[in-house]
Amino acid sequence: MDLGQAFVDGARAAVSVPAAAFALAAVGLNLQFGYTGILNFGQVGFLLVGAYGTAISIDGGAPLWLGILVGIAAAIALGLLLGIPTLRLRADYLAIVTISAAEILRIGVGTRQLEGLTGGAFGISGFAGSFYDLNPIPPGRYGVGDWSFDHRTLWVMAIGWTCVVLASVLVWLLARSPYGRVLRAIREDEDAARSLGKNAFAVKLQSLVVGGVIGAIGGIVIAIDAQFTNADYWKSAFTFFAYAVLILGGVGSVFGPVIGSMLFWFIYQGLDTILRSSINDGYFGDALTPTDTGPIRVAFVGLALMALMIFRPQGLFGNRAESMVDG
Amino acid sequence: MSDAKGIAAVPVPGKGTYEVRLDPKTFPKKAGAPAQTVLPNVVVQEGRAKFVLFPFGDRGIAEPSAIDRIADLAASGLRQGLIVAVAAVGLSLVFGTTGLINFAHGELLTFGAIMAWYLNSSSDGFGLTLVVAGVVAVLLGGLLGLGLEFGLWRPLRRRRTGNVALLVVSIGLALFMRSVFQVVFGATPKPYEQYAVQRAWHVGPLDILPKGAATIAICAVILIAVALLLLRTRLGTAVRAVTDNPDLAESSGIDVGRVIIATWIACGALAAASGVLLGMNQSVDFDMGFKVLLAIFAVMILGGLGSPFGAMLAGVILGLAFEVSTFWIPTDFKTALYLGVMILVLLVRPQGLLGVKERVG
Repeated sequence: MDLGQAFVDGARAAVSVPAAAFALAAVGLNLQFGYTGILNFGQVGFLLVGAYGTAISIDGGAPLWLGILVGIAAAIALGLLLGIPTLRLRADYLAIVTISAAEILRIGVGTRQLEGLTGGAFGISGFAGSFYDLNPIPPGRYGVGDWSFDHRTLWVMAIGWTCVVLASVLVWLLARSPYGRVLRAIREDEDAARSLGKNAFAVKLQSLVVGGVIGAIGGIVIAIDAQFTNADYWKSAFTFFAYAVLILGGVGSVFGPVIGSMLFWFIYQGLDTILRSSINDGYFGDALTPTDTGPIRVAFVGLALMALMIFRPQGLFGNRAESMVDG
Repeated sequence: MSDAKGIAAVPVPGKGTYEVRLDPKTFPKKAGAPAQTVLPNVVVQEGRAKFVLFPFGDRGIAEPSAIDRIADLAASGLRQGLIVAVAAVGLSLVFGTTGLINFAHGELLTFGAIMAWYLNSSSDGFGLTLVVAGVVAVLLGGLLGLGLEFGLWRPLRRRRTGNVALLVVSIGLALFMRSVFQVVFGATPKPYEQYAVQRAWHVGPLDILPKGAATIAICAVILIAVALLLLRTRLGTAVRAVTDNPDLAESSGIDVGRVIIATWIACGALAAASGVLLGMNQSVDFDMGFKVLLAIFAVMILGGLGSPFGAMLAGVILGLAFEVSTFWIPTDFKTALYLGVMILVLLVRPQGLLGVKERVG
């Protein structure tokens, strides 16, 4: 077992593009779940429509900026479609409808009938050339030893983490404004907020849509990084990882989701290296094979999500009063 | 090798696109040769037999008529709808008494199916026949429901954990259980030892596999039994009372804790039964339960959250409607209908068919 290697792998994953994308997904969830108390179990659906919206339109000949706008517009449409029927009802309805919508979207984009549009099971690839043409970083590798990235990855990372910082600042500004107090009032007691004349339904819908758009930007970042998107990437487990990220970092805190994502990926990737090397060293005999590391890691995430929610719902940096434990 | 009627059945590991090949050397001399011996791109759907024809001579064989196809679709829709209804009733009972929507419910289904597989088909299992294995799996499912109530949900209720936090906990549980199944059971679907391949019965325009007919009968018996339990027994009355108003039930002397235990046992057992039946009609897969969860949710919403009778009714309606709809629309779009139904019902009648209006909003 090589703990040093695990540390380097973890440290690389902590600043990687997926970590930035998960941070974006979690920042969006933080606005929805942390500040407003709405339970979006289909965040991955917003990332999916962002990624596919961008990929399809650029693939069809649109310029980069238009593709990104299409991705964002698709997320707004999804937010309205899911929010309008459910946000007047109890929190569970939104949870059921969003998780179903995300799964149906995933199945939908993979179907043969939509092959002309979405590429079916094969997905869409090679659409982000115009993004890399803008890369100002000279070719080469940057970093220390194993902890290094080529100029292309570094360019996506720079843009991805810039988006994370911008989204976090946006949420921070919203949270400390009078609008943020309305969000929190709705989370604590929707009826009280309504009786003070606040339009709770409209505010919740805005929160769902804005959080969804932030998530969609994460989806666009992932699609551009991979130059590829297909249905298999956007499984519902993605959403629950984002919840783990959010609760790990701290619900209702501004930089909680960002730190949470870096820490999550550090542990997740480090654990992968440790598991893989100890399976290869034969610590588990024949009971486990290297392909089992994937689901074992996911099982750990599930356990961690339960344990965090039960024992430390405020996460590392959250404030217990902010973390709707009594929701 | 084909039988007296010229039918040969080939089990396949799961859905996908296959190439069907005949070996011309195995034909009897006098049969002559069929027009083609290789059929590429045969698409097999999840849980359905796919028939391919190799006509010999130049007589040709007629396509099945529209009536025949609709009758078959209706039968498989009824089967699928009833399986989903059995699972949805369990979820409904627990939601009614505790207010929890258990997102790990799909994994309870998978648990039942996998337990039955180990008892029935595993090389180091007990080799029980599927009927016995299924009954044992249902008992184990009830035990799992009981264990979850004592080990997880009751302590959490004692800590006064909020409902929203419980939903997130159930998501974590689902993720954990599904991954454990994937490691322990493996990622490839596996059939049960018995009834994997059957010859269809022909009844009028209907072709139905014996296991499909048995599934419909078993589900109907289970649902009627649950309905009678709820309507005619003291326990059932207590369950309905707690669903209606837990505080009032408690103050009129009903032991709410015991009622919740009973509903969790029923929930686990019903989910396991549904999983075994699903596994018998398709095959056992580590994420089979999660795949059905969407249908279960659609049924719950159409029937009304927390209404077991609504879940029964909605299961049959949606199962029939969706399966028969594939006569006109491509099968792949069927899942999109689930979302359509959910959104439409929530817009028009959020309490569902048989739900109680006050509980919403």
